[in-house]
Amino acid sequence: METSTVNNNFKSDEYFINMGPQHPATHGVLRLLLTIDGETIKKVEPDLGYIHRSIEKMCERDSYQQIVHLTDRMDYLSSNINNEAVCLAVENALQIEVPDRVKVIRTIIGELTRIASHNLWWGVMGMDVGALTTYFYAFRDREMINDIFEETCGARLTMNYNIPGGLMFDIHPNFIKRVKEFITHFKTKLPEYDTLLTNNVIFQKRMRGVGILSKEDAISYGASGPVGRGSGYSCDVRKTNPYSALDKVTFNEALRTEGDSFARYEVRIQEMWESISIVEQLIDNIPEGDYKVETNAVIKLPKGEFYQKVETARGEFGVYIISTGTKNPYRLKFRSPGFSNLSLLNHIAVGGKIGDLVASMATLDLVIPDIDR
Amino acid sequence: MNLSLSITKNIHDWLFNMMPETAASLVEMTIIALVYLAVFAVTGLFLVLLERKVAAWFQLRLGPNRVGYHGIFQTIADALKLVSKELTGTVNADKFLYNLAPYFVIITALMALAVLPFSAEFQAFDINIGIFFLIAISSIGVIGILLAGWSSNNKYALIGAMRSGVQTISYELSVGLSLLTVIMITGTLQLSEIVEVQRNGWLIVQGHIPAIFAFMIYMIAGTAETNRAPFDLVEAESELGAGFHTEYSGMKFAYFFLAEFINMFLIASIATTIFFGAWLSPFGITESLPWLGVFWFLGKTLVLVFLMMWFRWTFPRLRIDQLLTLEWKYLLPLNLMNIVLMAIIVWLNLTIQF
Repeated sequence: METSTVNNNFKSDEYFINMGPQHPATHGVLRLLLTIDGETIKKVEPDLGYIHRSIEKMCERDSYQQIVHLTDRMDYLSSNINNEAVCLAVENALQIEVPDRVKVIRTIIGELTRIASHNLWWGVMGMDVGALTTYFYAFRDREMINDIFEETCGARLTMNYNIPGGLMFDIHPNFIKRVKEFITHFKTKLPEYDTLLTNNVIFQKRMRGVGILSKEDAISYGASGPVGRGSGYSCDVRKTNPYSALDKVTFNEALRTEGDSFARYEVRIQEMWESISIVEQLIDNIPEGDYKVETNAVIKLPKGEFYQKVETARGEFGVYIISTGTKNPYRLKFRSPGFSNLSLLNHIAVGGKIGDLVASMATLDLVIPDIDR
Repeated sequence: MNLSLSITKNIHDWLFNMMPETAASLVEMTIIALVYLAVFAVTGLFLVLLERKVAAWFQLRLGPNRVGYHGIFQTIADALKLVSKELTGTVNADKFLYNLAPYFVIITALMALAVLPFSAEFQAFDINIGIFFLIAISSIGVIGILLAGWSSNNKYALIGAMRSGVQTISYELSVGLSLLTVIMITGTLQLSEIVEVQRNGWLIVQGHIPAIFAFMIYMIAGTAETNRAPFDLVEAESELGAGFHTEYSGMKFAYFFLAEFINMFLIASIATTIFFGAWLSPFGITESLPWLGVFWFLGKTLVLVFLMMWFRWTFPRLRIDQLLTLEWKYLLPLNLMNIVLMAIIVWLNLTIQF
């Protein structure tokens, strides 16, 4: 692409520009090869591989307990949900029924993770469209969640709280009190997000009608999570295949039909409200009981293929294990939501301006280590 | 009594007694230039600190608080760091233009400072086309930005420079026309006379409805002229990295940085002079103490500077086509209608005079 010889891929008015791997808008080491005419985007080609750690290959070497620890290095903002996916896959393969207490705690922490992730996305989204204050508002609230996590399992981001068969430790005695404090706090602060950014006329002008993705395209590109739901594609795994305690709670799937950047934005804001409601329904009813069931020290899955999907903050995250009956998987494949969401970037950005590309990319909520495993 | 006037008068007399007239004039000019340079530097450093404190206040943080009492020496420390940094550049840059660009930006900002009436006596250069001079000088600054973007040999810098050219040329129209609207009341372009006219009421009161419109248009266009958020497309951190000054480091970068703050101060000072009576106190409450004029001037200017900082830390950035739509489809027609409205008001003597 970037050869010095005459390149026939370009028309005479077009020029090539590298966005990334070090660029403020790519939030990580994503490199975009842009073909631009003036300010108008003609072509976007993502170039991956800058943070490839061959996690899937490492998984073939590791035991199932160790695999859990690798997963939160992928989508680090939904680390707990990733851990949960591997644990659920292993538990289903072994046909272990975990105690209700474990299910409820997993769901609460999963939803708190989702709020924290959407929080960070909101702050960074504001920065991408030029409103710098959002970042600090988001971090004020996100810190409270991270503090709860730190007290629960010692880690703030890469949690490793789940193990096949349950949880690593029981919840901290303060957990319920602090989660309730957070919910009361966040319910008063979430409307501030709307007054600061959502209702701003410049922001709405930047977002509405930009980066449009139709429902058909969303399905054919394999979009999931808020990106798919912003286009009216009902794809919430928590609704279609409930796991852990999600079948015990009632919540609405956030759906918009416009398919533009603003729809994706609104879906995430509504998801934060829904997550609050899920946590509220569960926090008072954590059943008593064990926090794990004992498994063998060396877990050997039966021969066969196993798939488990969960809904991370970014969309459908899948774990596909092929086992030959040994203590390591024969092959392990992660289906990461960010990868398919990135694939549609060219589709939604072409024809827009450079500013539109940055804004649409922000609404895809990409986490690069998740795409580039 | 008038302290500042007597001091300057004493220095003037002393110089002219001591040496021949030409030499005395030259020395006097040099002294004035040095005083203005000092004012310029202190204003820049103070505004950077103020911006960081205001930003911190908006963003639930403390801001700089380590160097000196509540961080008051932070920007001085930063400036020292920038002075001591190596000046790097790109290999294929157009060296002459690349090195020239920062001076264009900083010198024009400094030149504009000379005509501002800080108080009745504190004005270096009271020409009869003051407003005209200010508008003309402020549009030279964009040449520096264009040169910087072009000569850096960097595509991001070039996009920033292209945006800057488009933006400044468009919004200069609004700045000029909104000032022109208010000038209709005064009938003069000389800044000191414009201030004298305002003894009967600040122009924003005298011109009431069209003047308020003109002020709003002026503040929007002025913010765009200084390339600050929500019109910071020239730098647009999340889109272009650092825009036109991507390839600059050390003191050359600092010139761009300082010039941005000085330009912000200039835009606010012009608004103070034209709309809010410059150094005149409200209702003449400190008429007997003319030396307080400087404080009134700076106070009013700082309020407007705060307003511009408020914009920056609240609003998202516009897109380039929206920026042009705002100017050519909304502000410019509104401005032209506003001029007609003001002309009618002045013609029918409907201005409010105290």
